[in-house]
Amino acid sequence: MVYLDFESDIEQLETELQKLREVGEKTGIDTNAAIVDLEKQLLEKKKEIYSHLSAWQKVQVSRHPERPYTIAYMDYVTGNNWIELHGDRNVADDKAMVGGLGQIEGHSVMMIGQQKGINTKMRQIRRFGMANPEGYRKALRLMRMAEKFNIPIITFIDTPGAYPGLEAEERGQGEAIARNLFEMFRIKVPIICIIIGEGASGGALGIGIGDKVLMLENTWYSVISPESCSSILWRSWDHKEKAAEALKLTADDMLKNKLIDGIIKEPLGGAHRDMNQAFEFVKKEILKHLPALKKEKKDKLIQKRIEKFAQMGVYTEK
Amino acid sequence: MWFKRTKEGITTSTSEKKETPEGLWYKCPDCKEITPAEDHEKNNWVCNACGYHERIGSAEYFHILFDEGKYKLLDEKLKAIDALQFTDTKPYAGRLKDAQQNTGLNDAMQTGTGRIEGLPLVVCCMDFSFIGGSMGVVVGEKISRAIDHCIKNKKALLIISKSGGARMMESAFSLMQMAKTSAKLTLLAEAGLPYFSLCTDPTTGGVTASYAMLGDINMAEPNALIGFAGPRVVKETIGTDLPAGFQRSEFLLEKGFLDFIVHRKELKSRLAKLITIFNNEKVK
Repeated sequence: MVYLDFESDIEQLETELQKLREVGEKTGIDTNAAIVDLEKQLLEKKKEIYSHLSAWQKVQVSRHPERPYTIAYMDYVTGNNWIELHGDRNVADDKAMVGGLGQIEGHSVMMIGQQKGINTKMRQIRRFGMANPEGYRKALRLMRMAEKFNIPIITFIDTPGAYPGLEAEERGQGEAIARNLFEMFRIKVPIICIIIGEGASGGALGIGIGDKVLMLENTWYSVISPESCSSILWRSWDHKEKAAEALKLTADDMLKNKLIDGIIKEPLGGAHRDMNQAFEFVKKEILKHLPALKKEKKDKLIQKRIEKFAQMGVYTEK
Repeated sequence: MWFKRTKEGITTSTSEKKETPEGLWYKCPDCKEITPAEDHEKNNWVCNACGYHERIGSAEYFHILFDEGKYKLLDEKLKAIDALQFTDTKPYAGRLKDAQQNTGLNDAMQTGTGRIEGLPLVVCCMDFSFIGGSMGVVVGEKISRAIDHCIKNKKALLIISKSGGARMMESAFSLMQMAKTSAKLTLLAEAGLPYFSLCTDPTTGGVTASYAMLGDINMAEPNALIGFAGPRVVKETIGTDLPAGFQRSEFLLEKGFLDFIVHRKELKSRLAKLITIFNNEKVK
């Protein structure tokens, strides 16, 4: 288990608990009472810490190295039975953006999302979940296919941003994202977007136009990462905590500002603490929205989607 | 030694210094050629010697484009609200006030409606002088309303982009303007009305990743910086120097993301020609 800097009390309690269990097993001394007591303490501590996370701490949880990524969600919601589809039919297959077809409790779905690597080698291959233009174009190809067969779309968003590389620029990173925004307002099947980790800027929005946009409890969504914001506005990397606070990037803030449609609960301590529980929460949420969205008339669906986004933001006219 | 300095340093006092009177002359930052300001203006703020396109604002573009310089501003009163009470080294509310005072503008986007060569056109033009032409809620809302106006009155739309990207101080509100403007552009497309996008120096970030790249016709002024990630970020990513001309208009044309590059003096006639062609009788 990797502990974050604010989890040191939890780490201490869990280490003690582990020791107590080991002692009990090895020596046969009855440690049960002490274990129960410690477990209670641990639960209280976790509740205390996790009910008061700062914006920056939530950013840290969203990036926890053991946090589940897109493919893990796809596996769970389809019962490990989905077919991955590759390539944009033009340049390449982007490993930072995955997609495929499956069924969730009998509902056919097209699933798309950024995928981070699960080890050092895969992190490089998947470019830390930063997609190239061909990733966004692959996503669009799959969305159009879904539309053709009247299959709803689920996108899983988890990216520190679109890849800022030389070739990405040559192949039109801006155009690729812009095209997706435009086309996602015309795709005549239900779209549910779920932020499962990091929702950074245009790279996240590029697959983020949906009838329901939902955020897991410990994720963030913003125009820029707190670090980059700090470096630009404060001209130093040292103000990331302040930047995270100022950007109002947590799920609670996003819901309050009417920029998302809902928040999905996570297990206590974050999705990595009990992955199956987290997957189950996500699956339940998808199944909660899907039937109603599928019943909606196609033109109405598009109209509502456009109106929702067209109303975002506040201004004055005095 | 054939040359010997007899006096140390500059001895002319500041008051004696001969300066070019301000406002009368224009010195090109590129080729250093000096031209009378009046000629420079007549040349659409383009250097007569080397073709350098000076960065200009909405008032200048409206002057260049609209017949007899006549146009009507739309939604002039729209102003930003600091809903997030954003503070970095300075409060955003203060930055807004300063920018409004310094530029005389309410935000980084002005909408003008008028005629070019007799043809109706709505022009949304960004002002770089207003917080780096950053895209906040007002920029998005102005485009949104301009599109409503176009659809209602069956007019073509031109957006002139000049922006460093999304306005950080409006965080996700500004991010969602990318979605908002794209959403509204689908309605303009449904109505069969032409959308021209002109990228000028610079057009980067969230603006490039939304309306700037979505034109029926994407065009750019010569040598404008156009990209998603800024050149500094790309350089950091790849760890080597960038090739010459990278992310410039000519580069984008070569890579297939622009229909053409247009000199400022030809902008109006090119637009009028395209509108005329687009408006030709519909195929039944």
